[in-house]
Formats: sequence, structure tokens, C-alpha cells
Amino acid sequence: MIELLGKIEFEPFLLSFKLAFITTIILFVISVPLAWYLSQTRSKIKPFLESLTALPIVLPPSVLGFYILVVLSQNSPLGIFFEDVFGVKLVFNFTGLVVASCFYSLPFMVQPLQGGFESINKNMLEASYIAGKSKFETVLKVALPNIKPALLTAIIVTFAHTVGEFGVVLMVGGSIPSETKVASVAIYEMVEMMDYGSAHIYSAIMVIMSFLVLLSVYIFNGKQSRKLGI
Amino acid sequence: MIKIDIHKKIYGSHGEMDLDFNLEIKKGDFIALTGESGSGKTTLLRILAGLEDASGTIQVGDEVWLDKSKFISPQKRRIGFVFQDYALFPNMTVLDNLLYVQKNKKLANYLLEITELNELQHRLPTSLSGGQKQRVSLCRAMMNRPQLLLMDEPLSALDPNMRTKLQNEILTLHKEFGTTTIIVSHDPSEIYRLSTRVVVLHLGEIINDGTPKDVLLKTTGSQKFSFEGELLDIIKVDVIYIAIISIGQQLVEVVISHNEAKNLQVGQSVSVSTKAFSPIIHTLS
Repeated sequence: MIELLGKIEFEPFLLSFKLAFITTIILFVISVPLAWYLSQTRSKIKPFLESLTALPIVLPPSVLGFYILVVLSQNSPLGIFFEDVFGVKLVFNFTGLVVASCFYSLPFMVQPLQGGFESINKNMLEASYIAGKSKFETVLKVALPNIKPALLTAIIVTFAHTVGEFGVVLMVGGSIPSETKVASVAIYEMVEMMDYGSAHIYSAIMVIMSFLVLLSVYIFNGKQSRKLGI
Repeated sequence: MIKIDIHKKIYGSHGEMDLDFNLEIKKGDFIALTGESGSGKTTLLRILAGLEDASGTIQVGDEVWLDKSKFISPQKRRIGFVFQDYALFPNMTVLDNLLYVQKNKKLANYLLEITELNELQHRLPTSLSGGQKQRVSLCRAMMNRPQLLLMDEPLSALDPNMRTKLQNEILTLHKEFGTTTIIVSHDPSEIYRLSTRVVVLHLGEIINDGTPKDVLLKTTGSQKFSFEGELLDIIKVDVIYIAIISIGQQLVEVVISHNEAKNLQVGQSVSVSTKAFSPIIHTLS
């Protein structure tokens, strides 16, 4: 057992967390304005935007992975543009994984935030406008601080979901050690090679960490709700 | 001087109706806006605040807030708004709720002192009572020294004692700052105590406009006392009948004849009036 533990490479885990960390930050910046818009608008395009946002939940990861490959590959106009202008390839490397993860995890960031924004007392936002504050300042100082449970749920679930993704990652990134071989892909390969011992340890680490993360979210949210009287 | 002449189609509990409102308000006036629910009072306040649009014009002093080509946003109108549900920011302390509007600590302390909230300034809104919350909300509305203070049934969720206390504080603040104020209220005693002018709205139109005394005192002819109430019960005692009527928060007994008792039904709205007597007033507490 100890011998086995000594052999464990932690690089796939580090890669998973690095990917999840970067994806979460990018998605947070994109999703706050998007979720705010969706929560406030009465426009007719709202259901279309909502459907688009929710699409990654229902689509098989392979579909998503396939389209991302098609759109971002070195032969596509977008792929050529990025390679020529910025000198970056968008598939089969870490950058490609980040782009793919951002699509894949988008609903897990947008939906809790939108729900949180929608639950805010409208009069409170109006009180802020009347106090002379812009929408930006209102979101920053009134809306976001009052949806802390939703905020935390969005961030943690996005992070956890990105750590846990497999299909899209495999299709867009492949399994290049230290580049695109994240924990979930590593476990898949171990099982393929019938290295059940390592697969057990990797899987157990994933289960324990995921459980602890979720547990801390629920404990925090319970405390917050009591504090703010929601 | 505030000139309001606005028009808007609204869809309320009575179906579609036209809000047609034309009023001139003198600076420093305290207007009470009353009328049955669904008559457009709240919509009117929201239009004045810039939270809803409408056609027509709103002019406050030299500034035009609304006309054909202009719409000043709520941020730029410098108004105060007191909501029925307080709408305080739960993430900020009492003091921070005030300072959020304007970083003027001197004014904030002054307002908190008048409303006796000094000791609560570092508390979060969730730990306050309804009356305290509404006082904070009132202070917050005064923080940008508004040109127009709008209050949408601010005291209707509070108990009668707390209402009286807050009415006094509203009056104190009005005397202190001289802010032109519009309050939506259903409570006649509140309207009488606070306002200098009453405007009654019915289905989007003004149907009465005058001093509180002219509008509110419902006695006609030689009647001296007249109250509206609900008939709760008719009890037969020997040969007479006693009607139990609820007037305001009080129950009264009135002796009625057999014929009167036959024509009345429990649950009816009734008016109780009397004349030619001199009531005795005792002070309480």
C-alpha cells in the first residue's frame, strides 16, 4: 500500500486544479454580467439566451467536444486566426482545455448567480439607484454581497464540475502528460491498463476531496442564511 | 414648485385603466395621496421616482425630469424614497446604509440622533424591529437632502403606537429639512396629522383635492359625529336590540329598535352618527 502511495504522481491532480482555477476565474468574470442581464431583462431573447447557456448540461460531452474541435482546430478559420495572430494553438494543449472547460461549465456558474440575482428584493436595487448609484456599483456593493450563498455555490460547483469533467477534456485535449492529462483522464487510463490499485487511490482522493468541498459549501451557506435572515 | 402632468396606461387589479394625473405642488408641501388600492398611487410614485416611464411632463423647479425628449434617470433626480418593506441593505450596518447614499458622517449622525437610532448604528438590519427598520429607511432617504421625498405606505406594516411615534419623527424631519413630500396612506388620522393637502385618486384620476379637514371630515348637515364601521353582531336583550359595531380599532354598542334590527345584516358596513350633544373628552395616560 505504502509502496503504491509512493508511486502516485500528483501532476494530474495539480493540472486538474489549475484548469479548474483558471476556468472558474474566467467564467466568474463572464457570468456576473450575463447572469445579471438575464435576471433583470424582460426581453424576448431571454429564453434563447437561457437555452443556449443551459445547453452544456443536456448535451453529451462528446457533442460539445466535437464542435469545439471543429471550431478551434488548426484548420478552422478561428484556429488559423489564433495561430497567426497570437501564435497559440487552441486544441490538444492546456489553452484548448481552458476554452473547452469554459463552455462546458458555463451553466454551473450562470444559473446559481441568476437565481441569486432574481431572489433579491427589487425595491432594494431601486433604493440603490435612487441613492444615485449606477448599475455597476449596485451590483458590486448591494447585489453581490447579498447573494453570498449563491455566489459560493456558483464558484464551488463550477470548480468541482471542471475538476470532474472527462469527456470534453479527452476529446479536446487528449492525454498529454503535464499538459492535458488531468486526474479524470489519468484514472481512465489506469483502468484501461488494468492498474486498479492506482485507480483506487486516485478515485478515493477525488471522492474525499469532492465531499469535503461540498460539505464546506453547505455548512457555510447554512450559516450565511441564518446571519442574513434569508 | 413641482408641476406634474402625466399619462400612462396601466394594467391593475381593475383591468386596463388610464392614469391621468395633473397636479402642481408648492415647495415644502406635504401631500397625502390616498384612494382605494389599484387606483394608481404606487405607479404614480414610481413614475415620479423615474422607476417607470410615462408620457407627459414632470418639472421640478427649473429642472425638467420628463418630457417628450427627456428622461432623467432615478440616479440623477435627487429624491428620497421610503418603501413599505423598508428595502434596507442587509449586508450593511445601520450607519453604512446611510453612508452608502452620501459619505456625510455629520448628517448621518444628526439623522440618527433625531430618530433615536444612535445606539443601533453598528447593528445589521436583520436585528432591528419593523419600526426601527423604517426609521433607518427614513434617515437613508434624507441622506441626499432630497428635493422630493416619496413614501409608499411607509407605516402600514407597523402597530398603532409605533405609527404615532414615526409620524412624529416624519413631522420633525419635515420641519427640519422642509422637504416637499408625497406620502401614500390609507390612514385618516395619519393623513390628518402629517399632510397639508390631500389628493384622492380613483381609477387613475384625481377625484378630490383639498385640505385634510375638507376631504376627511365626513359629517354632513347637522351631524356632529359620524363614523364608518362594520356591524359585527346584533344581540337581543329583553325588548331591545344591541348592535356591536367595530369602528377603527374599537368596538362600540349601539341600542337599536326591532325594526332597525330587522333591516340590518351582520357584516354590513354601516355609518354611525349622532347630533346635538356635547361629548366629553378625557385624557388617557
